[in-house]
Amino acid sequence: MPVFAGSELTCLRGDRLVFTGLEFRIAPGGALVLLGPNGSGKSSLLRVMAGLLKPLRGTLGWDGVSVADDPDAHRAKVQYVGHLDAVKPVLTAAENLAFWAALAGAADPAANARAALDRLGVPHIAGVPGRYLSAGQKRRLNLARLLAAPATLWLLDEPTVALDRAAIALFEGLIAEHRAQGGMVVLSTHTDIATPGGEELHLDEFTPYADEEAGDEDVGDEYEEEGAGP
Amino acid sequence: MSRFLRLVARDLRLALRQGSDATIAVMFFVLCVVLFPFGVGPEPNILARIAAGVIWVAALLASLLSLERLFQTDYEDGSLELLSLSPLPLEAAVLAKTLAHWLVTGVPLIVAAPLLAVLLNMDAQGFGVLVLTLTLGTPILSLIGAIGAALTLGARRGGVLLSLLILPLYIPVLIFGAGAIDAAINGLTPRPHLLLLAGILAAALPLAPWAGAAALRQAVE
Repeated sequence: MPVFAGSELTCLRGDRLVFTGLEFRIAPGGALVLLGPNGSGKSSLLRVMAGLLKPLRGTLGWDGVSVADDPDAHRAKVQYVGHLDAVKPVLTAAENLAFWAALAGAADPAANARAALDRLGVPHIAGVPGRYLSAGQKRRLNLARLLAAPATLWLLDEPTVALDRAAIALFEGLIAEHRAQGGMVVLSTHTDIATPGGEELHLDEFTPYADEEAGDEDVGDEYEEEGAGP
Repeated sequence: MSRFLRLVARDLRLALRQGSDATIAVMFFVLCVVLFPFGVGPEPNILARIAAGVIWVAALLASLLSLERLFQTDYEDGSLELLSLSPLPLEAAVLAKTLAHWLVTGVPLIVAAPLLAVLLNMDAQGFGVLVLTLTLGTPILSLIGAIGAALTLGARRGGVLLSLLILPLYIPVLIFGAGAIDAAINGLTPRPHLLLLAGILAAALPLAPWAGAAALRQAVE
């Protein structure tokens, strides 16, 4: 089984250097928990790992084969759950899910979607249009994508936002199961998600100028608009 | 079913359930053309003279109307990020979404156009060519528009910006589209105009998805 690793990663958003010299390594069955205050680059790192964002410097790869050299193989291994739920209001939950499963290449997307909704404890929302779902149900639907369209590496950006306690426990079980099968998980969180044996990565250690206001993401936006350099 | 067709089917389903985009484009097209007799006066000869140009200009504007939303909702709800991470190449995704957009907004224009030609007293010799030019031309409008829609993603007042960006690029399509009809009505062969339109379509078919995908990659960063 391959190892996913990054070294010397530097990320620039607008004019702001978010992190620099970042190193990580995830072995099969491993979990990496990203910690740090708001604006320390947890989401940026996840987007870099997913391939949505190109790092300014540094390498990212599977067993030494760079992601940049074989982006298609990388995309086939990754499933990304971001802040946005990607739920279409006029499609039912099952249709939403089946589409993503089909796009990932599932043989029977509709069956995958039903099974995934069952596992997340929300089989009853299958026929409900997206616009009638609550925030927590949308989140569960989004997490069901991980099961309906299986991938080796799960990249989860604050996956438990809007989830109730029972759902968090259920989700921790799914992560454990995924890791037991040799899968990998990277997640950012402000609440506790149990990841036994998981490593922690403190992003504030890689912030280039920690004494400046590393506080709020909005600060970064203002920098961009005013064009003020660091 | 291939991934490409899945995406086309999903966009068609979204468009049919929401319903508005398709009907708005064709209603706008009809109303726009119907305004001309009121403005120019009901003189049949004048209307017949300007019919080809009016129908084509109205078609351009109608196709612009819904372009803004081509990638907008996918961008806002995060679907675009997932699409760009899916095994389907982003270029193919752009082409699939453009195809769905054309089926929903372009095809109704082609169907409505002959009726409007009757309304404007166009010479019956031009009807066949009118449908032919729109069949070749409206996909070009959707393809070029997709580049603009991708470039203006996330911009404030993106719709206005999109019009300013795209309308100049529509000029060649307008010239050859209206030119072919005029040629047919005046007893000349519309063939060169049609071939040029077909040429533009052949160029836009690979280039527009490529450029649109590049713009989308910038947008999701």
